[in-house]
Amino acid sequence: MASTLSMILYFIVFPGLVFTAVVGLLTTWVDRKVSALVQWRVGPPWYQPFADVLKLLGKEIVIPEGAKRTGFLVAPLAGLAAVALVSTMLWLANMRGAGFVGDLIGVIYLLTIPSLGMIIGASASGNPLSSIGASREMKLILAYELPFVIAIFTAVTKVSPMTLKLDGILEYQAMNGVLLGNLSCIIAFVVAILCAQAKLTYPPFDIPEAETELMDGTHMEYSGAALAVVKVTQAMMLFTLPVFFITIFWGGLQLTGWGILYTIVKYVIIVTIIVLIKNTNPRVRIDQAVRFFWGPVTILAIVGMILAVLGL
Amino acid sequence: MGATGWGFKKSLWVFHLNAGACNNCDIEVLDCLTPRFDVERFGIKLVGSVKHADVLLVSGSVPRKVVPDVIETWEQAPKPCAVVALGSCGCTGGIFKDGNNFAGPIDKHIPVHAYIPGCPPRPEAIIGGIVKLIGTL
Repeated sequence: MASTLSMILYFIVFPGLVFTAVVGLLTTWVDRKVSALVQWRVGPPWYQPFADVLKLLGKEIVIPEGAKRTGFLVAPLAGLAAVALVSTMLWLANMRGAGFVGDLIGVIYLLTIPSLGMIIGASASGNPLSSIGASREMKLILAYELPFVIAIFTAVTKVSPMTLKLDGILEYQAMNGVLLGNLSCIIAFVVAILCAQAKLTYPPFDIPEAETELMDGTHMEYSGAALAVVKVTQAMMLFTLPVFFITIFWGGLQLTGWGILYTIVKYVIIVTIIVLIKNTNPRVRIDQAVRFFWGPVTILAIVGMILAVLGL
Repeated sequence: MGATGWGFKKSLWVFHLNAGACNNCDIEVLDCLTPRFDVERFGIKLVGSVKHADVLLVSGSVPRKVVPDVIETWEQAPKPCAVVALGSCGCTGGIFKDGNNFAGPIDKHIPVHAYIPGCPPRPEAIIGGIVKLIGTL
């Protein structure tokens, strides 16, 4: 009973929903502020994302005519639950005392659910622009998932004995230094960052929600609290993906003493890389994106994998 | 209200509706987003879909053909939603008030919460109008 209760607390409060949402929203502020500074603007105050979400919670939810009501409203919630669960798994694996061994396959699987939720929600909304966005999102998932999985499994190959447990990967890094010290894992890390850009649908891969041609595409028809759920899910993804990369490639999160500062520095470095890529690249077409991911990026990932097998 | 009311004042997402304007006002609206004026400081940003909007920024003299679209857009916007009439045409009809196609001004068809006159209004005037609108919310 007590363990069930603590599991629920883990999921809802500390590493799960509330914590991830708050830090994720703060990260979206960092994103907007850095974007503003790059464009020589002042940018919004730090509480801006919270004001946005609070405002959206107080607004009316408009269900478009011809939409499938249940699918339209439930799909974003599935994404929210999945990303909260991933965050809980990653943090519990990093907090050694919790006695939790995360499974890598589960993490990769759950990280796809928010995109799938967006596809279902957009298809249920009955809007032609949303359905174009959904079809593009589908193609984008097909494109980036292959190099992403190869990049993650490069880290798995590098760890000896090979393990799919997050716990095992962290333990290996604690004993033998971070995986980012190896050439193969540096290549895998670069590939993973590129795939993260597509997973977050940030430029240059914001093709499903292209503001100028599809008017926010997949979440065009969402309003009020449903839009708040969509925004919070995106913010949580922006928090969860860097944490995932730190766990896999960069020695995990140190949660005691000066380690906390080191962890924050690692996190901010990855977020800044993502935001700078976002701000310095124009949007590509969907065919260019698929060709890019199945061509150069997959080849790079396979080269990394071969190097890892050779022991570099 | 309380927290959501605070959020509403701090984060106005603007949907820009051109109801037969000559594009002059629209250029001035885009001016507000440039680094010189940067309305994102106040949490204001332009959104592409009316379902995300808190403020409907309507410019133009509203010709007869556009009236159903203006009304439909207003009905689609999730409430609470404020409407701002932008430019002389939007406020009064301006030089088009005797025109054959003229069916406006905007407040004849949908409720308007703030008027920003000018042909076109300067970006300072637009920001000033929005600040006054926030004061009345």
